[in-house]
Amino acid sequence: MAVAFDEMNGPGGDIRPAYQELSRWLKTTPPDALEYRRQEAELLFRRIGITFAVYGDAEAQERLIPFDVIPRIMSGKEWGILEKGLKQRVRALNMFLRDIYHGRDVLRANIIPDDLIFQNPVFRPEMNGQDVPHDVYVHIAGIDIVRVDPENFYVLEDNARTPSGVSYMLENREIMMRLFPDLFARHRVAPVEKYPDELLSALRSVAPLSATAEPTVALMTPGVYNSAYYEHSFLADKLGIELVEGRDLIVKNDEVFMRTTEGLKRVDVIYRRVDDDYLDPLTFRPDSALGVPGLMSAYAAGNVTLANAVGTGIADDKAVYSYMPDIVKFYLGEEPILKNVPTWRCREPKDLAYVLDNLGELVVKEVHGSGGYGMLIGPAATKATIEAFRDKLKREPEGFIAQPTLALSTCPTCVESGLAPRHVDLRPFVLTGSSHVTIVPGGLTRVALKEGSLVVNSSQGGGTKDTWILDE
Amino acid sequence: MLSRTAENLYWLARYVERAEYLARTIEATLRVTALPNAYIGKTNEWDSALLTAGVSASFYQVHEEANERNVIDYLSFAAENPSSIRNCIENARLNSRSVRTALTGEMWDTINSAWIDLQEVWSKGTKTREDLTKFLRFVQETSLRFDGSAYRTMLRNDAYWFSRLGVHLERADNTARILDVKYHVLLPEEEHVGGPLDYYQWTSILRSVSALTAYHWVYRETLKPWLIADLLILNDSLPRSLASCYGNLVRNLDQIGVAYGRQGPSQRHARGVRNRLEHSHMDDIFQHGVHEFIQEFISDNSRLGEIITKQYLI
Repeated sequence: MAVAFDEMNGPGGDIRPAYQELSRWLKTTPPDALEYRRQEAELLFRRIGITFAVYGDAEAQERLIPFDVIPRIMSGKEWGILEKGLKQRVRALNMFLRDIYHGRDVLRANIIPDDLIFQNPVFRPEMNGQDVPHDVYVHIAGIDIVRVDPENFYVLEDNARTPSGVSYMLENREIMMRLFPDLFARHRVAPVEKYPDELLSALRSVAPLSATAEPTVALMTPGVYNSAYYEHSFLADKLGIELVEGRDLIVKNDEVFMRTTEGLKRVDVIYRRVDDDYLDPLTFRPDSALGVPGLMSAYAAGNVTLANAVGTGIADDKAVYSYMPDIVKFYLGEEPILKNVPTWRCREPKDLAYVLDNLGELVVKEVHGSGGYGMLIGPAATKATIEAFRDKLKREPEGFIAQPTLALSTCPTCVESGLAPRHVDLRPFVLTGSSHVTIVPGGLTRVALKEGSLVVNSSQGGGTKDTWILDE
Repeated sequence: MLSRTAENLYWLARYVERAEYLARTIEATLRVTALPNAYIGKTNEWDSALLTAGVSASFYQVHEEANERNVIDYLSFAAENPSSIRNCIENARLNSRSVRTALTGEMWDTINSAWIDLQEVWSKGTKTREDLTKFLRFVQETSLRFDGSAYRTMLRNDAYWFSRLGVHLERADNTARILDVKYHVLLPEEEHVGGPLDYYQWTSILRSVSALTAYHWVYRETLKPWLIADLLILNDSLPRSLASCYGNLVRNLDQIGVAYGRQGPSQRHARGVRNRLEHSHMDDIFQHGVHEFIQEFISDNSRLGEIITKQYLI
């Protein structure tokens, strides 16, 4: 693999403009001062209780995501391109979903194969013909972006179900501002603090027609033991809305109510952080204790808006992902601004043959996988793992896609021996309301802390950084 | 507000209050058992500590006899004791996480940082008497900080009132339990048989509700058992007296009633108990039997808990 593009020390070894000031600052700051701040940051995180749970890890029921104090910086110009590309992509995702659950022009035009939709377990026939307010399906999208050179941004994944991580974007900034006021004074960093307000107005804008002028919004969580529980409570707090669990809600006459100390109160919009499968035991998994019996019938009656809508999984499926450039062109008639990572669809025999021949160089992902699980990174894998994947691929080729192993860009990061480049990605959060799409400048930068590692997922030892967009 | 949120706030406050009370009880018992036998008699103070904590029955299911080591362990750390200090703190933290949005940052920080610090105590235990004292102090300080931050930082709305209900209901229960176990040393002079030995029992009772200094300020007298009973039951200037707890319960329930525009069975029940306390005199109470009076109070108090739960929390 080629040497990765470093976002501070550009290809020629010259400090790139956005990093000039930071680089100067780093030169005059002793390493132990950084280490001291890092410890301080960790203490703050722990006291605030910003933790996440790793499933199956009894030892660490609540763990901290390691936080790296060196910010990742992007120029306003770079962000401008990214922002345009993200808005374009999310507009297309919403149009695609509306089409899939209504006229299905995209299938008739043979842009994507029928069976990829109808055979797909995340396709929800319950949504066929169902209208959602303002045709918005994905109110909150988390689009994972990587770069390999100064010019191009690639979308690695679209997260259109219940993307998480935005609380880290907000808290990382708070903590950085507390720890490094001097560094902020030397930069013009675009603020991210408007996110909760923008989210709330997006959610209120999609309230059902039967709601009052002051619609009631609630955030639905699977509960304290969910890995993202901290984020759920954090957001409910910032939005000033109730944090509800399934047992707090009840459906009567196709309307949703929450149980309050003053009796039942109608809920109009539910920002749900519960997967489709667990929403309503009457429609989906009957064994789910997290959901609300009858929720789907209230939804079908148009008396409650779910954000994101049910059935959006079909838009972030990794096999559908490979068609995204065509999907963008089909609905918007525009060239996609953000590139897709070249993808081999193992369901196609020609692609499968190529993938099997080159397993040692490729990244193979499960079509429905997430969190960095069930993934093969060829160059880093042992022979045995590669052979195990070969068997899986032959048995169930349609369950996988493959991509070249990208040399993800790196950013300077604090490690034991001082500063060293580590691979990063970026997850900006794109909000869609009734009339427009908004993105706060920035997002969550995840960093693979292990030397050479390309896996940034927090469940796999990744950390986070504050992301600065310079307001020039 | 969500019923579940109100329920969590109410129980959170109860757990913190209970942890503090247990810490005080252990401290007071340590003090009284450190005295030479001639001053305290042959009573098993560790046994009464279990009784005042209301866990005597479950304790004797696992232990033969009550001694300093096993009672302290049972009240402080035992996982099998649902109301050990450890379980109270763990439950308080869990409740806090569930209602983070209803807590102020200061309240969350108090519980969460105490919980973090106590993890070490759970894993290492308290090896020396010094460790133990430090631990007991820490628990009491946590409760003070929690109460103080609630008082100073919470909006005065239903969240605050429900959490206050938890504090006062638990506090009333604790004070009543001490009285229930120790009533026999508080009987008027002509009736009781203990003699001077009881003096240290009296100070111990006052200490466990942090009222020793208060006693002297209120009565300006040497310790008299019936005055101690008067202080703990009827004197509403003492924050841990039954009268004071019920004054607060009535006030907080009324606030809720006004905010919601509706009174209900819990307001009526609390007012009934408060009125009885207001119109009682120690003489009458002694005449009719302190023990009966306290037992009736304990059952009225737990009845109020049930009524509040039914009216608001489910």
